[in-house]
Amino acid sequence: MSGMKLTLKIWRQKGPGAPGELRSYGVQDISPDMSFLEMLDVLNEQLIKLGEDPVAFDHDCREGICGMCSLVIDGRAHGKDSGKTSCDMRMRGYQDGDTIAIEPFRAKGFPVVKDLVVDRSAFDRIMQAGGYVSVNAGSAPEAHSLPVPYEKAEAAMDHAACIGCGACVAACPNASAMLFVSAKVSQLALLPQGGPERARRALSMLEQHDKEGFGNCTNEGECEKVCPKSVKISSIARLNREFLRASVLY
Amino acid sequence: MSITLDAKIPSGPIEKKWDKHRFDLKLVNPANRRKYDVIVVGTGLAGASAAASLGELGYNVLSFCIQDSPRRAHSIAAQGGINAAKNYPNDSDSVWRLFYDTLKGGDYRAREANVYRLAQVSNAIIDHCTAQGVPFGREYGGLLANRSFGGAQVSRTFYCRGQTGQQLLLGAYGSLMRQACSGRVKVFARREMVELVVVKGRARGIVCRNLVTGKLESYAAHAVCLATGGYGNAFFLSTNANSCNASAIWRAYKKGALFANPCFTQIHPTCIPVSGTYQSKLTLMSESLRNDGRVWVPKKAGDKRSPDQIPEEERDYYLERRYPAFGNLVPRDVASRASKAVCDAGQGVGPTGLSVYLDFRDAIARDGLDSIRAKYGNLIDMYHHITDEDPHKLPMRIFPAVHYTMGGLWVDYNLMTTIPGLFCLGEANFSDHGANRLGASALMQGLADGYFVIPATLSGYLASEKQEALKADAPEFKEAEAQADARIRKLLSAEGKRTAVELHRELGKLMWEDCGMWRNESGLKRALERIPELREEFHKNVRVPGKNEEFNQSLERSGRVADYLECAELIVRDALERRESCGGHFREESRTPDGEALRDDEKFCHVAAWEYAGEGKAPELHKEPLAFEHCKPSQRSYK
Ligand SMILES: Cc1cc2nc3c(=O)[nH]c(=O)nc-3n(C[C@H](O)[C@H](O)[C@H](O)COP(=O)(O)OP(=O)(O)OC[C@H]3O[C@@H](n4cnc5c(N)ncnc54)[C@H](O)[C@@H]3O)c2cc1C
Ligand code: FES
Repeated sequence: MSGMKLTLKIWRQKGPGAPGELRSYGVQDISPDMSFLEMLDVLNEQLIKLGEDPVAFDHDCREGICGMCSLVIDGRAHGKDSGKTSCDMRMRGYQDGDTIAIEPFRAKGFPVVKDLVVDRSAFDRIMQAGGYVSVNAGSAPEAHSLPVPYEKAEAAMDHAACIGCGACVAACPNASAMLFVSAKVSQLALLPQGGPERARRALSMLEQHDKEGFGNCTNEGECEKVCPKSVKISSIARLNREFLRASVLY
Repeated sequence: MSITLDAKIPSGPIEKKWDKHRFDLKLVNPANRRKYDVIVVGTGLAGASAAASLGELGYNVLSFCIQDSPRRAHSIAAQGGINAAKNYPNDSDSVWRLFYDTLKGGDYRAREANVYRLAQVSNAIIDHCTAQGVPFGREYGGLLANRSFGGAQVSRTFYCRGQTGQQLLLGAYGSLMRQACSGRVKVFARREMVELVVVKGRARGIVCRNLVTGKLESYAAHAVCLATGGYGNAFFLSTNANSCNASAIWRAYKKGALFANPCFTQIHPTCIPVSGTYQSKLTLMSESLRNDGRVWVPKKAGDKRSPDQIPEEERDYYLERRYPAFGNLVPRDVASRASKAVCDAGQGVGPTGLSVYLDFRDAIARDGLDSIRAKYGNLIDMYHHITDEDPHKLPMRIFPAVHYTMGGLWVDYNLMTTIPGLFCLGEANFSDHGANRLGASALMQGLADGYFVIPATLSGYLASEKQEALKADAPEFKEAEAQADARIRKLLSAEGKRTAVELHRELGKLMWEDCGMWRNESGLKRALERIPELREEFHKNVRVPGKNEEFNQSLERSGRVADYLECAELIVRDALERRESCGGHFREESRTPDGEALRDDEKFCHVAAWEYAGEGKAPELHKEPLAFEHCKPSQRSYK
């Protein structure tokens, strides 16, 4: 097989708090049809056979929906294809002889676990603060008892598409997770089912966001550029309105 | 061990069984519920919904998952939709019809009472998810939209664009987070269950490997629920996520839980074909594409012309030809086998000859490009991105891939396995889909199990069984930890020359060839010889880098492969034993004169439940006969 030869500069870090560094590796026979993660698989198979420590990276579905994969590729969260996750990236965009830098999603709120793997449990804690409708199984009214205008339902779905990967945080100069928070707050604010807890939800999710060490939004717009699900920064504007509304109410 | 398989089906008319049963089950006093600890392994639709609902009832729940967050379970990837018997479109759907379709679709290899209950609770699922804020697709009038899915003759499928699994899971995850916030559920992410702990014959806990530190951790409880998903990755390539595994249910099997119908695997007809040996997964293209796409291959074997150079009369629209009544919309198993047959005859297309065309040319000419793009634009783009081929210009190429496992741990009507106190939910159990699952029914089953069945039946178990207090440092836990530790050390000490991934790929190839879409006596017997050899090669020659006490993904993978190497043998054994064709299980020897699957109700109208008999011994087969009082088995025909 004659495929591409590439040089990879990969962030290696043994564990949380350990010093890390970019290290160079060569891979060859890379087919343009491979996905980016399959290219890393090739490297890891090679490292294991050489008796070296393979590169740790998060992944699971490998089709852009679970939000597990989280690579900064040549300085950009999820790489150069907009609207795609790291696992969606194909090697077609590269040429023989290219060098690619691969780093983890960096942010104060996302400590490194190992190599390219980070701890995003802060996102779960933000969700615990209110990213839901408080309804017990068995207590729901008939689904058609509350009609929802088509446009509202569609807009709610645009926000609900967030996969919680954290690329927005990695791309933001302030390491803000506002796009993530706003996606959930907006989804539920747009639907009547989310109405009763609307104010409390916005306030407590934002409070937890700040507690986790994520920064403030200063409208840099980097988040929406890398969001693999095209959640728009206008979502943050809606969050701000929700916050104001809630502050008046409480 | 002598086992009698009692499905514990409640008496009375089928429509009243579930209500009667819920009334008969004992209750736990609300004030006492917090004294009960329940472990739920898995946070997919089944696990997350179960853990959240049990928390809502007031139990102390411990919830575990492999991923870094419960929200990332494999259920997130489901695309098409979820069924329910709402009959909103007024097209004569009903609980009865959903029950009937599911049972028939499963080729009469599921229990009537379970399937009826599933259809019965389906509507409450839609109500609950809607109340959670799941943004289902709606009509302009503001009411929920439905589509027909997988060839169903009624429109009963609810959907959120192409991300239904994601939205349902995020709804369940939200409920789980709400319970985590209230303190009734504790979530343990990045944990892999590596042992089940059985004390005095009852499931009382688990041992997990903390995937960050490598430490083995024990957790005790009054009951354990496994909702750990399917084992399709035994075939290496499948539409499943990378971490999907058989390990959790395999540990339970080896501790005495029976494994039912392991050979019932579903092969989905419309996946993007394999393109190279490096490939790590197969991507599903939604079934809905068959509503407008026509499936064909060149009539002449080995025809290398570009598809647009092949004139109409030299094309074989084989699904339309063989099944004029259903055409391109025949069920998954039928479509998959037909594709394999034409590829075996040398008519397959693409570089490997292992793919067929799915063509939108005629649909575009009929409805216009805009209309086709409105329906399938995202799928067309996804295909284009992955394959670099533009489906607007040339037909898509597709091929069947392993997708779902109907088999799983044997459970009774209460979803309890043969180990008291061990429950099994979702894809991990065998309960509702028989030999073939209908589209949009897995999501329904996972949520039915978790939101509605388990809260009732688990309470019944806890209320009727007095159990002593137990701590996770009891000797049984130490023993289970030692067993897990020994397995891990064995993997690390082999220091061979091959990687776990390589050996997994080899297993997958073997399974696909000898136990895939088309099975026969000699192939299955060959597989039964080859799998133990491969297993031996694995344990002698695998190389697992690093150590246990660290974040070590290679070690995780090799543990799962080790279990697949055992589980695969059971799959093959079951396939060999079931000398009939039914649903996704096709035995070459059991065919109608025109080549269609032929069931043998006289000999095989049963659930095959396998009991582990010890290392190196053949497992023991137990049969649970299936009785059909309401739907008389008929031969499926799509001609
Ligand atoms: C691409 C694709 C599309 C699909 N589309 C549809 C559809 O449109 N409609 C439909 O009805 N069905 C669909 N299905 C099937 C459906 O998605 C699954 O059957 C269903 O989601 C399984 O849910 P589950 O809760 O049983 O398991 P999963 O979602 O697989 O969850 C398993 C959970 O168990 C955990 N786990 C596993 N092993 C361990 C262990 N050893 N220790 C600790 N935790 C463990 C995992 O971390 C995870 O949290 C689709 C499947 C695929 C692959
Ligand atoms: S691996 Fe699931 S989104 Fe990339």
